[in-house]
Amino acid sequence: MNRTLKHLLVLASLCVPAVAAPQAFDFKDPKGVNNAVFKLDAPLEAINGSANGISGTVTFDPQNPATTKGRIVVAAASLQVPNPMMNGHLHGAQWMNVAAHPEVTFEVKALRHVKTDGDKTSADATGTLKIKGVAKEITVPVTFNYLKDKLGQRVPNLKGDLLVIRANFTIKRSDFGINPQAPEDKVSNDIALTLSIAGASPRP
Amino acid sequence: MSRRLRTLALFLALTASAAWLGTGAHRGWTKTRVPVKMVDEVTGIEGIEYQSRFVPGVDFLGASWLGAGLLAAASLLFRKPKNLEPTP
Repeated sequence: MNRTLKHLLVLASLCVPAVAAPQAFDFKDPKGVNNAVFKLDAPLEAINGSANGISGTVTFDPQNPATTKGRIVVAAASLQVPNPMMNGHLHGAQWMNVAAHPEVTFEVKALRHVKTDGDKTSADATGTLKIKGVAKEITVPVTFNYLKDKLGQRVPNLKGDLLVIRANFTIKRSDFGINPQAPEDKVSNDIALTLSIAGASPRP
Repeated sequence: MSRRLRTLALFLALTASAAWLGTGAHRGWTKTRVPVKMVDEVTGIEGIEYQSRFVPGVDFLGASWLGAGLLAAASLLFRKPKNLEPTP
């Protein structure tokens, strides 16, 4: 009886990693490094800018990345370009209208074509991108880099894991009602987006 | 007065051109903030931090030349009238 109990305990301990619960990663970065870069390359003018007001939560299971779900939020007011006048226009009603639509969100619904190699996972993430009140379902290629026990190296006195998400994709300005009347030779209709964000999952 | 205005116009055009060339001859719009990249060693993410810095663009150069042109044109209003008295 005692031996059977021991065997059961050993078996149970072996099974723990296989049924480990998905981890919730918080993307509010205390170091302010997380960013989204946008580029509009029109024949007459190139506009480059970035946003760093990023938050949100992603639930990621290193044993089963295909079950990843989550929501990333970008504060629209954190979108910025180096020219002050252009920055004012960007936040204004014709363009991003940040007063009425303070958030840009992407909610992941499903991952497809998931490939995992060590700590790195690549996949096509399908979800809803909401900009300026317009929600549109899109599929974007993403990579996840699971950094186990690395949180302490980034935030002293904290133990836990990090999850780095990177994505490069292009959207149409006109699809989201971002000043669709603006001439395309000056402001490109294609907006190239690069997302580089890290989330933390602290452990007690 | 006329000479002073023309000198000022020349000074404005030359100073603006020198400032534009000296700060890298930026061919875009004027910037008051410049993105500076910094790499997070743990995650490898290239973060972007904006630092306040004035980088004159072609709009600054154009406005300065326009101002210089206006000053030069205004100098014509202060020309001394020609002496119409016949010389002996």
